[in-house]
Amino acid sequence: MPEKALSGSRNYWAWVGFLLVLVGLGFACYLLQLSRGLTITGMSRDVSWGLYIGQLTFLVGVAASAVMVVLPYYLHNVKVFGRITVFGEFLAVTAVTMCLLFVIVDLGKPARLLNMILYPTPNSILFWDMVVLTGYLFLNLVIAWNVLEAERNAVAPPAWVKTLIYVSIPWAISIHTVTAFLYAGLPGRHYWLTALMAARFLASAFASGPAFLIILAFIIRRFSRFDAGDEAIGKLAQIVTYAMITNVFFLGLEFFTAFYSQAPTHGMETFVYLFRGLEGHGRLVPFMWTFAVLAVLALALLLNPATRARPTTLKIACGAVFAATWLEKGFSFVVAGFIPNPFEKVTEYMPTLPEGIITLGVWAAGLLILTFLCKIAIGVKEEAA
Amino acid sequence: MKEITRRSFLKLGGVCALGLLAAPVLNAFGKGSLLKVTSDPAAKSAQRWAVVVDMQKCWAGGGETCRECIVACHREHNVPDIPDQKDAVKWIWKEPYENAFPGQGNAYTEEGIRGKPFLVLCNHCTNAPCVRVCPTKATFKREDGVVMMDYHRCIGCRYCMAACPYGARSFNFRDPRPYIQHENQAFPTREKGVVEKCNLCVERLAVGLPPACVQACPHGALAFGDLEDPDGEVRKILRTCYTIRRKPELGTEPNVYYVI
Repeated sequence: MPEKALSGSRNYWAWVGFLLVLVGLGFACYLLQLSRGLTITGMSRDVSWGLYIGQLTFLVGVAASAVMVVLPYYLHNVKVFGRITVFGEFLAVTAVTMCLLFVIVDLGKPARLLNMILYPTPNSILFWDMVVLTGYLFLNLVIAWNVLEAERNAVAPPAWVKTLIYVSIPWAISIHTVTAFLYAGLPGRHYWLTALMAARFLASAFASGPAFLIILAFIIRRFSRFDAGDEAIGKLAQIVTYAMITNVFFLGLEFFTAFYSQAPTHGMETFVYLFRGLEGHGRLVPFMWTFAVLAVLALALLLNPATRARPTTLKIACGAVFAATWLEKGFSFVVAGFIPNPFEKVTEYMPTLPEGIITLGVWAAGLLILTFLCKIAIGVKEEAA
Repeated sequence: MKEITRRSFLKLGGVCALGLLAAPVLNAFGKGSLLKVTSDPAAKSAQRWAVVVDMQKCWAGGGETCRECIVACHREHNVPDIPDQKDAVKWIWKEPYENAFPGQGNAYTEEGIRGKPFLVLCNHCTNAPCVRVCPTKATFKREDGVVMMDYHRCIGCRYCMAACPYGARSFNFRDPRPYIQHENQAFPTREKGVVEKCNLCVERLAVGLPPACVQACPHGALAFGDLEDPDGEVRKILRTCYTIRRKPELGTEPNVYYVI
C-alpha cells in the first residue's frame, strides 16, 4: 500500500520536490538554532513562548477535528462521511506529527526529550499532553491504515479497529482539552486563566480542521478521480459554520468578562494590547483586526446558504476560517499571554527570519506526510472504485 | 526431558555460587576506599526558609544605586551579563514599586515609596506553580522549602517560566560562558537551553553560610531564616513590622517578605 506514494505525475513530484526544499531549508536553520541556541528566535525572557508553541496549539486543534467526521459516521451512521473518515484521520496523523516536531524545535535541550518518559510527572500537564498526543497519533495511524487496507481488500475492517475508533472519539476531545489546560491553570497569566479555554480551543478546532478538510477535498477532486461528494462537503461546511459561530461567540464572552468587570485580572489589559495597543506598543494590532475582518467575512459567506453551497465562495470562506483561526490561535494567543509581563511592562515579540524558516520547514514536512498519506488513500480508493 | 547428570548439576551449582559471591567479595575489597557522603555538621537546616527585605535600610544606606547584593549573587553563581535584554539572565534585581507590586501602586502613593526600586528575586513559594508544571521534576521543592533546579535534567521547555507569576526565571537563550566576567570555579556554569533562577544559595547553606545577597548587604537590608522557628530572625521581624508579599492573592504562598 505505501508504494502508491511512490508513483505519480510530474506535478506530484514537482510538489514533493518543492516541499523537500522547504524541509531542507528549515532543517538547515534548525542546525543553526542547535548551534547558537534559541537566541536566533524572537523569544525573550518575558515572552518565553512564541511561534513554535503557537503552531503546536493551533495544530492540536486541527488534529482533534478528525472527530468531527468520525463521530457522525461511526456513532450516528451519517453515511456520506464514510468516504472521507480516512482523510480526516490522516489529517490528524499529519497534524499531531507537526505538533511533536514543533515541540522538539522549541526545546532548549531536545536531546533530553526522553527525560519526560524517564521521569514521569503526573502533576505536570505537559506530561499528559505528551501522553495524549502520542496516543492519538498511534490511534489514528493504526485505525486509518487498517480501514484503508480493508477497503483495498474489499472486506470489512476487523472488529478491534471499531474499538479503537470508539476510543479515538473521546481521545480527540482530550487532546485539545489537555492542551488548553497547559494555559488555563497558570495563576499569573490572566489572559489565559479562564475556565472557558478548553471550550474556546475545541470550538476553533472544529472550525479550522474541517475547513482545511473541505479545501483538501476540493484539491483531491481537482487532482484525482476521487470525489468526496457534495453532500459530505456540505455537511462539513455546516459543521464549520456552527463551530465558527461558537468560536466567535466564546471570544465575545471573554471580551465581556474582561471589559465589563474592568478588573485587570481578567485579561483586559491584554485585550487592549491586542486590539488597540498598550503603552505605545501595538505590533499585534494589525494581525488582530485582520483576524476580525476574516472572521466576519467567513461568517458572512458561511451563514448564507447560497454562498456556503457554491464551491468558489465556500473555498474563500474556509480559507478565511483557517487564516483567522491561525492568526488568533496560532500566533497571537500564545504571545499575548505574556503581555503585559508579571511586572506590568510590555515586551513585544515578532518571529525572526530563521524562526519563520524553521516553522515553514515543519509545515512543509507535515504537508509532505499528508501528500504521501492522501496519495496512498486516493490510490486505494480509485482502485476499489 | 533431558536428564541432568550429577556432575553437571554440581558444575552448575558451583558456577552459581561463584556468581552470587562475586558482589559481596568485591564489596569487601572495595569498602576501604569508599567515600562517605554526609552533610557538613555546620550546615543550616530549616523547615521553611524565608527572606525579609527592608528597602528602607537599603535606600538609607546605599541610596537607589547600591547593587552589592546583585553583584555578590551574580558573581557567586556565574550568572552571565548579556547586554541584549531579550536574552538577559538575572537571579536578583530591582524593579520600581509599582512594577514589583502591581495593583498596589496608585496615583497618590506616598513619596517615600513611589517609583522607588525594590529588590525582586525568586520567592521560593510554598505552593510553587513552577514545581507543579515541570514535566521532568527538573524544578523541584526541597523539604526545607527551597525551590531548586537540576540543570542536567531540564529539557528547556520553559513551562516553568510561563507558570511563574513573578517573572523570577531566566532562560539561557545562548551559551552563557562568554558573558561571565569573573568565573567562580567553585560553582558550575550552565549551558544554553536550560532555565535558571535564584537557588537560595543552597551550596552556601550546606556549609553553614547565609545566602550571598544577605551576607553582602552592607546595610542589613536583607534578613534570612526559618519561618517555622518562632524565635528565628525572620519571625522576630514579622512580629513587629508590617510586611507585604508579592501577589498574595494568587495562592502561591511566597516566602519573601517586604517590610513597608
